[in-house]
Amino acid sequence: MSTLDIKGLQVSVATEAGFTEILRGVDLTIKSGETHAIMGPNGSGKSTLAYSIAGHPKYTITGGSVTLDGADVLAMSVDERARAGLFLAMQYPVEVPGVSVTNFLRTAATAIRGEAPKVRTWVGEVKEAMKALNMDPNFAERNVNEGFSGGEKKRHEILQLELLKPKFAILDETDSGLDVDALRIVSEGVNRIKGNSDLGILLITHYTRILRYIKPDFVHVFAAGKIVEAGGPELADKLEEKGYAEYTTA
Amino acid sequence: MSTLTTNYLAPTGREEAWRFTPLSRVGGLLDATTAIEGIASVRITSNQPQVKLTVKSAQNLPAISISDDLATIRAREVISEVTHIEVAANAQLSEPLIMERAGLSGKPQASRTLISCGLNSHATIILNNAGDAILADEIEFDLAPGSNLTFISLQEWSAKAVHLSRQHAVISKDATFNSIVITVGGSLVRLLPTVEYSGPGSSADLQGLYFATDGQHLEHRLHVNHNVPNAKSRVNYKGALAGDKAHTVWIGDVYIRANAEGTDTYELNRNLLLSDGARADSVPNLEIETGEIVGAGHASTTGRFDDEQLFYLSSRGIPAEIARRLVIRGFFAEIVGKINNEEIENRLMDRIDSELAKVEA
Ligand SMILES: Nc1ncnc2c1ncn2[C@@H]1O[C@H](COP(=O)(O)OP(=O)(O)OP(=O)(O)O)[C@@H](O)[C@H]1O
Ligand SMILES: [Mg+2]
Repeated sequence: MSTLDIKGLQVSVATEAGFTEILRGVDLTIKSGETHAIMGPNGSGKSTLAYSIAGHPKYTITGGSVTLDGADVLAMSVDERARAGLFLAMQYPVEVPGVSVTNFLRTAATAIRGEAPKVRTWVGEVKEAMKALNMDPNFAERNVNEGFSGGEKKRHEILQLELLKPKFAILDETDSGLDVDALRIVSEGVNRIKGNSDLGILLITHYTRILRYIKPDFVHVFAAGKIVEAGGPELADKLEEKGYAEYTTA
Repeated sequence: MSTLTTNYLAPTGREEAWRFTPLSRVGGLLDATTAIEGIASVRITSNQPQVKLTVKSAQNLPAISISDDLATIRAREVISEVTHIEVAANAQLSEPLIMERAGLSGKPQASRTLISCGLNSHATIILNNAGDAILADEIEFDLAPGSNLTFISLQEWSAKAVHLSRQHAVISKDATFNSIVITVGGSLVRLLPTVEYSGPGSSADLQGLYFATDGQHLEHRLHVNHNVPNAKSRVNYKGALAGDKAHTVWIGDVYIRANAEGTDTYELNRNLLLSDGARADSVPNLEIETGEIVGAGHASTTGRFDDEQLFYLSSRGIPAEIARRLVIRGFFAEIVGKINNEEIENRLMDRIDSELAKVEA
């Protein structure tokens, strides 16, 4: 049983006009096996929260803490965070020209597992995971995210989630850009991974559609850089109906 | 051995062609008073029955092209022998022919080579440039109609080497010249991959990679002369620079002459700056004298490491150092993959990795 603990997190980005504060004190605790959904208007800082936990250099932490089982995540380098068990499925996965998916996955798995996976079992493992996500085997030979469609990039993120087996996964709008079938396949993938492990999930989304597949234990409303309300799955339905007006005009 | 010549004028550094080159470091190769030894500097290490190597007197084997390059002019003056490599007509080489340098002394030397590809022949030649040298070097390629030559020139020189080189192809009807130039070694390398055509339907694909670290000057000056109708050219050079005072120069001159209707050309140079203090000069130049062409374009970019790529890889647990290596390998993969030889590819990538590690240390 692990705990990811976010306390009073404040984050700024450097802009031409100086530092702009984006996160204004985020408090959130996620335990293994739990699924937390975060919903909130565009620009409210959801991706900023995700990137800050993962350690993107663009964001400056100005206050608060993030700990994983007591260990100071903010003191870790980006790769250390991943090796400690954090995974971020990105809203906009990055293209890496000239680096094949196979090479990338194997290098990542080697880093995360601390040793190179055995060639024979590894090839099967990748094939199996790709098949389960309905990915064409040809993707293995293509360059990381290069020329992938939006939906293909998202599947590739979940493929990595499956192979790297983190303790906590942050899924930043993994559902955006997926067609109905892909949404089901990807959601089933996430549920399968969850079923086989004790994965804790922070799921950022704009739509209740994905929450019909991946059932959240908690739903949080995010506005202007912090969590403004928390509740159960019923909160998502209320948001779908009424929007964010009551949180943003306050 | 020749010393003083009458009609040779050393460059001053003010000439357009020499304005980037540190002339104080060319080891006397351009100095009219330096003693330069003319040698036959290449040998074939993998013999193939369809290929013949003979060393001939320069009088009997004059140059097939005109050059205003001073290093070439100097080399032509001092050599008395030319190495002639002939690929037989209709030959289909199943294995690449490996060429190495011989007789390099580390003192000023010059050499001239002619590679003739017979009618409809098909060959790959790999030239390994390694060790110490101060060499002014000309290689001409005479491609008979329908022939196809892939020439891979590997500059893996030692840290002190000086190499001034012209690699000029004359491509006749329906012939294809694929040039792959890889420059990772040497103190000063100035290499001129140049192309002219002598018949329609001809095609040139010039690919290159250079990686410069501390104090290296690596210069590639391409010149494509579209002087016949319906010929094609592609140029794609990629460079990376790391460490203080690493300097690369890439010049891409493409001329489409008035009679060169139906020309199809595109040239691209991309540079990756891995540290401050390194400098990449990139000058694409396209001159078009006829509008009746299929296409003509050029692009040049010089950028820093893509932090988003590094972040993405690191966020999957890959340590920063390995992530950097992956990105650099990825950047070069497109060119290196064209060599089609795993052993050479690995050797080059290992060298790039270790040079990079030295810079980062
Ligand atoms: N480099 C930057 N300069 C200025 N503002 C920035 C910068 N980076 C992020 N921001 C701002 O920070 C705010 C939060 O952005 P973030 O991407 O976290 O929002 P989000 O909640 O994920 O939105 P969406 O739902 O559209 O994905 C936005 O207003 C954005 O414009
Ligand atoms: Mg976002």
